[in-house]
Amino acid sequence: MKKRKSSFILFLLALIIWMILSWPPDLEHLIVGIFIAAFVAFMTGDMFVKRPYVFKHLSRYVWFAYYIPVFIWECIKANIDVAYRVSHPNLPINPGIVKVKTSLKSDTGLTFLANSITLTPGTMSVDIDQEKGYLYIHWIDVKETDIQKATEHIVYRFEDILKRIFE
Amino acid sequence: MNEIIGVIFITIGLVFNFFGCLGLVRLPDVYNRLQAATKSVTLGTCSILFGLFLFKGFTAGGIKAILCIGFLILTAPVSAHALARGAHKSGVKLCKGSVCDKYAEDDK
Amino acid sequence: MKILRWLIGLILILGILWVIFFCDMPSLIEWQSNFLKRCFLVLFLCSVFCLWRILRGPSSADRAVAIDILGILVLGFCAILGVATGRSWYIDIGIAWALQSFISTLALAKYLEGRDFDE
Repeated sequence: MKKRKSSFILFLLALIIWMILSWPPDLEHLIVGIFIAAFVAFMTGDMFVKRPYVFKHLSRYVWFAYYIPVFIWECIKANIDVAYRVSHPNLPINPGIVKVKTSLKSDTGLTFLANSITLTPGTMSVDIDQEKGYLYIHWIDVKETDIQKATEHIVYRFEDILKRIFE
Repeated sequence: MNEIIGVIFITIGLVFNFFGCLGLVRLPDVYNRLQAATKSVTLGTCSILFGLFLFKGFTAGGIKAILCIGFLILTAPVSAHALARGAHKSGVKLCKGSVCDKYAEDDK
Repeated sequence: MKILRWLIGLILILGILWVIFFCDMPSLIEWQSNFLKRCFLVLFLCSVFCLWRILRGPSSADRAVAIDILGILVLGFCAILGVATGRSWYIDIGIAWALQSFISTLALAKYLEGRDFDE
């Protein structure tokens, strides 16, 4: 039962992407898309969607809509920061790799956390230790080398929102 | 009106792209270069694609541009992460003025 | 000394930008607007920076980084061509290029890590 549900969700996602790729929607593309999406969903099964019940909660979508503007604003700040550092004659950098702790557990949550850290000001994720919950982060302007304080600086901006979306 | 806003978006994207590639030339080691270039070039190209969407509207090209933005935001940080990890495993050191390297300490 | 090198670089970049924006250059494609043609040339300058890093890079990791960035820049080329010539199939080329570039970057990263490809 659970496997059939996750296959159905994958079928819907594949069909939506197919319809976007062949945009002016008409009947022929729809029929071919149904066959191909059903084939893909049948072959992969529950490899992609492991917990189908998370798609039912409405609050996750609301928090995701709140997460997008926060993310875009951090991206723009990061770009202005990069432009300042690159065009300054003395190159004001102070780089290093620090270690931070996270309490997210699921694969999707960790992926989104690493992506957000990479696209926000001055930080880039280098490796993840999933069992102990550690992230190794390259920081272009190191302010704290301690684990706890670095976590407050880097991770706390996103962790609450991502925990409400993906956990 | 849409076309003027589209041209503004394309110009902003070009400026970000330019600073990202300047960082690729000026910064001292692999990790700094990767950081500056990935951030700036990803957001700059997303801005250019959004300008294309404003030009074309809801036609085939515009919708595909929106799909491309989502794809780029999902994949560019993943490839940066893989490259940084591969560079560290292959033995590239951090540059001279670095403060600390917790990853090399834990890796032993 | 540092300031001197910075000033020389600044003057060079400003000179190239002046040539791009105020001189007429021949082109093979018919452009709908003149400004977009100059935007295309600015992107070309960006990719010349990437090629410089591929040429000079001290280690193979630097070259892999520059190839990854060049793959994202090609998407920008396709988008500007799609706007300026009015043909929307350029963005299809962009999507295919982005997919292929992502996969090849992952393969390069695995090669750098020193593992086999079938792992």
